[in-house]
Amino acid sequence: MSLPEAYAKPVPVPDPDSAPFWAGCREQRLMIQHCDDCSRHQFPPSNICAHCGSGRLSWKQASGAGKVFSWIVVRHPVPKPVYVDDVPYVVALIELAEGVRMPSNIVGCAPEDVVADMPLKVAFKQVTEEVVLPLFEPA
Amino acid sequence: MGTARRPAYALKDKYAIVGIGTTDYSANSGRTVRALAIEASANAIADAGLRPADIDGIVSYNFNDSAPAIAVATGLEIPNAGYAVDFLAGGNAANLIVLSAVAAIEAGLADTVVCYRAMNGRSGFRLGGGREFQALGPTQYTAPFGWITYPQAMAMWCRRYQIEYGLTPEQLGNVAVTLRENAVLNPRAMQRKPMTMDDYLASRPIVDPFRMFDICLETDGACAVVVTSAERARDLKQKPVYIMGGAYGGGPQQGDDLFDCIRWPDHSKNYSHYIADDLWRSAGVTPNDIDVAEIYDCFTYSILMQLEGLGFCGLGEAGNYIADGHIRRDGKLPVNTHGGLLSEGYIHGFNHVIEAVEQLRGQSGPRQIPNAEIALTTAGAMTCGSAMILRR
Repeated sequence: MSLPEAYAKPVPVPDPDSAPFWAGCREQRLMIQHCDDCSRHQFPPSNICAHCGSGRLSWKQASGAGKVFSWIVVRHPVPKPVYVDDVPYVVALIELAEGVRMPSNIVGCAPEDVVADMPLKVAFKQVTEEVVLPLFEPA
Repeated sequence: MGTARRPAYALKDKYAIVGIGTTDYSANSGRTVRALAIEASANAIADAGLRPADIDGIVSYNFNDSAPAIAVATGLEIPNAGYAVDFLAGGNAANLIVLSAVAAIEAGLADTVVCYRAMNGRSGFRLGGGREFQALGPTQYTAPFGWITYPQAMAMWCRRYQIEYGLTPEQLGNVAVTLRENAVLNPRAMQRKPMTMDDYLASRPIVDPFRMFDICLETDGACAVVVTSAERARDLKQKPVYIMGGAYGGGPQQGDDLFDCIRWPDHSKNYSHYIADDLWRSAGVTPNDIDVAEIYDCFTYSILMQLEGLGFCGLGEAGNYIADGHIRRDGKLPVNTHGGLLSEGYIHGFNHVIEAVEQLRGQSGPRQIPNAEIALTTAGAMTCGSAMILRR
């Protein structure tokens, strides 16, 4: 009997701070922490606001729109067996419309076509039964 | 530059590095990290003209890839280690451990302290070869997207600098080629084969914008220094190298670990911008006073940020500053006279301290910078780091 090949890449392990973020991804909603005192967003999530120190944080659905702040093109796979079939791939720091930055992959275009400030939109990808990752593609 | 936050450094010239020691640098030592640490430390103690019984403090830093300070103290047969501390830290701590030794002596916790870094960085735990392959804590937001290694992390900073200031492959290549010219003169260097710009440009792309020669070597080996008071230093074997000043720190929103820079405000400025005022003020000198600079070069690009952060040139100017030859041996700021982490080897930045001391003692042979009186050592590439100013 052959089992389906397991997903070999690291999968996020949610913790009490991050669980709502990953749960949101499972529902194809990009959830970002919002401070009810200073009205700013933050990512990654925490138990206090990075801007004002308040503990009054809630979760809001982000628009899913963003732009390229910086990016790399991975050409040498590390660990090799895991990424050898994926290179070259793009990792970007994406500035969301809400003002926070989030690392993700840019998919749906050639690595050579990525440019600074390029508009992006979120595109969810289910990778295991439990895990949905927020990826980004050209808007 | 950041704003100085601390009262004036009160320890200027009160402490000195009096001994240095290393092992061979190799890709496969065939020895335990503990053995490497003991050899380098014993060499440093002997270089100072001391015996292990004269040492009463020991301090190091590691990423769970070394022998603990207390084990090395035991191996050296130090009978009374009153100060034995391990920092869980990256190369950013290379100067911090020396400053910590100074603080310990000043506080009366010790009198003469050995500082070391030992690692089997190629044959054992490879810092550059991927971190723990899991996505927990801060890495849950990075590793699932294949953003795992330090070269990948630093390339993201470099790209942002390119976006803001422009940066050509040749400008990065100038760093690699210049440092290799220095390594050719250094018998301790792992890479001594001359490198041309064509060699650099032809080197394998690893993670754009980095090629293979933008990335430091992986090395097995160890380095150690002995620190004591200036008063005691005067009676020892070597010419003392005085610690004029130093600083450790970083900027806002450093993240949850060394890799995490999601919240870092400006990826074209690293820790060096934020410690510069404290550093220069502590030593009472300016960038113009530096005769030789050993600048943390885990990647070519990290040197550019530090030249700008510490005030050797303006923001966005480092590419041209380097192209103009200023960091060459005959330039106004000779940088990484041993070949640096890029060409000598990567003892996690601590080999920069060894080279600075040798230069100030006038013991660097064919790579000696004539009349080097004041040296800068830096450690760190991203959100936190440390630096020292030493004099002969």
